[in-house]
Amino acid sequence: MQSIISVSGLSKTYASGFRALKNIDLDIGRGEIFALLGPNGAGKTTLISIICGIVNPSQGKVLVDGKDIVTDYRAARTTIGLVPQELHTDAFETVWATCSFSRGLFGKPANPAHIEKVLKELSLWDKKDNKIMTLSGGMKRRVMIAKALSHEPQVLFLDEPTAGVDVKLRKDMWEVVRALRASGVTIILTTHYIEEAQDMADRVGVISGGELILVEEKNELMRKLGRKQLALHLQKPLAAIPPALASHNLTLADDGSELIYTYDTQSERTGITALLQGLNEAGLRFNDLNTTQSSLEDIFVGLVSQKPGAGQ
Amino acid sequence: MNFHAVRAIYYFEMARTGRTLLQSIVSPVISTSLYFVVFGAAIGSRITQIDGVAYGAFIVPGLIMLTLLTQSTANASFGIYFPKFTGTIYELLSAPVSYLEILLGYVGAAATKSIILGLIILATAGFFVPLRIEHPVWMVAFLVLTAVSFSLFGFIIGIWADGFEKLQVIPLLVITPLTFLGGSFYSINVLPPFWQTVTLFNPVVYLVSGFRWSFYGISDVGVGVSLAMTLLFLGVCLAIVWWIFRTGYKLKN
Repeated sequence: MQSIISVSGLSKTYASGFRALKNIDLDIGRGEIFALLGPNGAGKTTLISIICGIVNPSQGKVLVDGKDIVTDYRAARTTIGLVPQELHTDAFETVWATCSFSRGLFGKPANPAHIEKVLKELSLWDKKDNKIMTLSGGMKRRVMIAKALSHEPQVLFLDEPTAGVDVKLRKDMWEVVRALRASGVTIILTTHYIEEAQDMADRVGVISGGELILVEEKNELMRKLGRKQLALHLQKPLAAIPPALASHNLTLADDGSELIYTYDTQSERTGITALLQGLNEAGLRFNDLNTTQSSLEDIFVGLVSQKPGAGQ
Repeated sequence: MNFHAVRAIYYFEMARTGRTLLQSIVSPVISTSLYFVVFGAAIGSRITQIDGVAYGAFIVPGLIMLTLLTQSTANASFGIYFPKFTGTIYELLSAPVSYLEILLGYVGAAATKSIILGLIILATAGFFVPLRIEHPVWMVAFLVLTAVSFSLFGFIIGIWADGFEKLQVIPLLVITPLTFLGGSFYSINVLPPFWQTVTLFNPVVYLVSGFRWSFYGISDVGVGVSLAMTLLFLGVCLAIVWWIFRTGYKLKN
């Protein structure tokens, strides 16, 4: 993997003494979609803010496309576009003016054709002369994405881009993100909608309490940590699990009508055959069964809750 | 040098003036005209001349300086405070711009606006009193130096302020009183000796005196001292701004 962002030994302690990041090491590959997940206050925004130059690091080094964010900040920042979590906009400016301003700020000469292309892709073209204060929340969010794309960045940070955005618009936004990735832009996103990360991301990083506790290919993560459940719908409800089946690590649904068996798809023996045999010997009959795969959200919740002090 | 960024910031700030034309340009002109009516007509009828200059004409440099100081400070402080208030400062901090380029954009725009206002007031004054400018090059030099210095000062206030109240407190409680007590409307030579000495601790005295010298060739303190004090103030402001950017004070933490 060719890294476009390389973070090593990065720490941040705020003036209040709060340690927001603890010795983070992370490499993000060129052209990938990387989802950074973590509970509120985990350090996601601090990490993004340091890479983008908004917050000074206390310790460590960050390279963007091989350029140090401190000693070669111009080259590093030129490659980055940032869509922050909050809706920060110049309320009295027009959509066109604010995007043109952003392009100039990042050192690019005026290019009306590019701004037009970006606004059309984000369905903002008919609003180009509107003041931002007259736009809806979803449109303002798109304006922020348009601003971030106005200088043609190679790396795009999306910090909770779909927060407060309706379902239709979210889908449209992800289409734009996919198109950007197809054009070679590296995307780093944080989101609370983990199903979105599951759909979009190539790799996933989980941060909690300022520490990066896991970085993994999404599919590999799902394979490694994903669990499957077999639900058996019984013909007659049970009051308790029969002692003969105690070794199978079953759980009984509250109404006693369903036995749930959790197993690891990666293990050599899933234990399903033995379970079915045991059910037969115990005289239990079932009229239906189904299996479910744990989601990225289940994995995320499991990881974060395992970490000491998580959520504090 | 990221000239595109300097231009973007500069035009962005100047466009804000365009949107608030009435507040930015018309109201200071009206206020200054009222000063002429009150000070020029009411007091001017009792004090006819100071150092051989008609009182109405004598106060013109002081009035321009009053506007220059308050407007430079207000424009620059609001210019940098507003992005902090709305949160759009994130874009400035994440952009490939140096501290010098940020300063050139914000301070340049603030200074430009106040210089334009100063010149408008000068032209307005021409309708009320006969004017002469003996040292036009020095007049422009003092105008520009003062506008830039106080725009830097305003920039510092804008960074320091974390609310609109703080943004107003220095211009209202420090700059305006110092300007009124700095010889804008009188020569400090008319004060008793003790108060003359006290007044010399007011930095605005040197600005007004030097500026008035460029008009009429008369001054309360030596023109060299005026210039040195202006440059000293400029140097102090630059040093503070340099420290702010180096440490990220109220910007990056």
